Amino acid sequence: MAMAAQRQGGWWLLILPAFLLMTAFYVTPILQVLAISFTEPQPGLQNYERLFTSESVQRVIVTTLRICTITTVLALLLGYVLSYKIALADERARRWWILAVLVPLWISVLVRAFAWVTLLRRQGLVNETLMGAGLIQEPLALVWNEFGIIVGMVHYMVPYAVLPMLASMREIDPRLLAAARGLGAPRGTVFFRVFLPLSLPGLIAAGVLVFIFSLGFYITPAILGGGKTLMVAEWIGLQILDLIRWGLGTMMATMLVVTILVTLAIFSRVVNLRRVFGSGA
Amino acid sequence: MSSAGHAPSLQGLSKHYGSFRAVDDVSLSVERGQFLTLLGPSGSGKTTILMCVAGFVAPTSGAILLDGRDITALPPERRDFGMVFQGYALFPHMTVAENVAFPLRVRKLPTAERDAKVRAALDLVQLERFADRRPSQLSGGQQQRVALARALVFDPALLLLDEPLSALDKKLRAELQEELRALHRRVGRTFINVTHDQEEALSMSDRVAILNHGKLVQEGAPAALYERPRTRFVADFLGKSNFLTGTVREAHPGGFAIAVGATRVVQALDPAAPRPALGTPALLSLRPEKIALLAEGEAADNVVEGRILSWAYLGAGFALSVATPDLGVLRVTLPAWGAPIAPVERLPVRLGWSAAASVPVEEDAA
Repeated sequence: MAMAAQRQGGWWLLILPAFLLMTAFYVTPILQVLAISFTEPQPGLQNYERLFTSESVQRVIVTTLRICTITTVLALLLGYVLSYKIALADERARRWWILAVLVPLWISVLVRAFAWVTLLRRQGLVNETLMGAGLIQEPLALVWNEFGIIVGMVHYMVPYAVLPMLASMREIDPRLLAAARGLGAPRGTVFFRVFLPLSLPGLIAAGVLVFIFSLGFYITPAILGGGKTLMVAEWIGLQILDLIRWGLGTMMATMLVVTILVTLAIFSRVVNLRRVFGSGA
Repeated sequence: MSSAGHAPSLQGLSKHYGSFRAVDDVSLSVERGQFLTLLGPSGSGKTTILMCVAGFVAPTSGAILLDGRDITALPPERRDFGMVFQGYALFPHMTVAENVAFPLRVRKLPTAERDAKVRAALDLVQLERFADRRPSQLSGGQQQRVALARALVFDPALLLLDEPLSALDKKLRAELQEELRALHRRVGRTFINVTHDQEEALSMSDRVAILNHGKLVQEGAPAALYERPRTRFVADFLGKSNFLTGTVREAHPGGFAIAVGATRVVQALDPAAPRPALGTPALLSLRPEKIALLAEGEAADNVVEGRILSWAYLGAGFALSVATPDLGVLRVTLPAWGAPIAPVERLPVRLGWSAAASVPVEEDAA
């Protein structure tokens, strides 16, 4: 027992430098942000009072939650179909599919956002094509609104949705699917009674991951929203950098952190979070 | 459960993967209520045949019939066959009862009837007490019985078993072999079992089909296959065997003799069987347990002298390797209880066997 305790102590020493580094450069600034939200412009809870009184604060929160929810649902749908296809593909095809999913991850989020702008703007490829084909008379408003933000965010999030779901689907023994068919289940029943329930942990994990990621999105909404549709991160930037209202900005930042922690806490009871962040079970 | 088994048959079944012939022109018919085992080494095509029967693998050519009806094109979910997969393939997110109820649920049986059938099926495999457990909470043997209950609960036309006992330890395997045999008698259904374990095949089946390189080599009742193997492969794969290669020197009704080096070996022959021509090569299979140790002066149809090269004690018996001048090393097993000798290396021994103990077999086609 003593030996084991000693060995445990030894392990902790090994991560001490990393722990100190994290405390100094990560935890401390966050605590400072938390502190500012209670002290600027004068000590008290008046920044948090705005959550209940200010319509503009509430609008930003509602917009953010709505965009994040829609993004999560769409990214999960697209990601699920992709993962299903990849999980059931043969080994060679699977490698190519995974590469195709991962390549967008290596391209800067800035480049991707501007690429969407060129595609979706009034004289962009999509509008020009539709007008050329005579399907529409007036260009559609595809960008600098919520629609544009959601397109960009879904595009960014699909790989993050695919990876946990694919991991969970690949753990499903293909013999279970064969067994279900052999026992008389048509393909649809095999999917809904066997495949879907078994892939559910991955689906939930991907949902949590995508939702949390979306909450703090900055560049994509800033470019594709064109400043008209504000999400939380951009609003915080606006408060702190342009309006120099540190108190309000840090209040919202704190709310963001709290929301993320609460979401994680709820889902850690439902699924194994280690799976979400890629650690082996 | 109705006891009318169904009779499946294969007609010229082949499955090619590129130039590789996994199954090569196999024809086989199974009688109603029979327990057939497909036996062969790995890669012999036995599992592919089972998967073709189940409907998971489409044959390259040939047909699968059930009671004379062609079912080759039918998808697996419409064949109504129960199947026990290797590793059982129990649904991990369902309880034992839900697993067993699955085939009834997809057939949309009324709840009351479904519950009664699930209970009866769990009763059949003595697992009523475990109905609410998850498969992961059961032992290997119990999981195997759940898989059986699930495969039998919907009164399938056929029960297909893919190496059902391979994941279990030896003792449990022997127990479940008996259980499976008893279950087969109780439900009276046609069973098709796949295994690479010759003991399992011999002890459970009414009939065994031996496969090698995708071809059906020989089929028949277990005892007939063991006693009268047709080829060297069958004699070697089903149990152990010594092989004596020689040239036919004498032939008369009821037997012939071959020369193996300077030793003359006599072989009995069914009077109806064709006599081998003089001077042709012959191959005899001789089971180790059919060779006796002879006392000095004791006579037998065939007697050779040799020395014990090595020996092993197996509890129930001894396994000896005896070096002989002309016949090479002969494997001999004898019961340990009342063994005439205490084996010692280099001990000279006299071996004897009757002319009916060995069987002429064919060399395998290359």
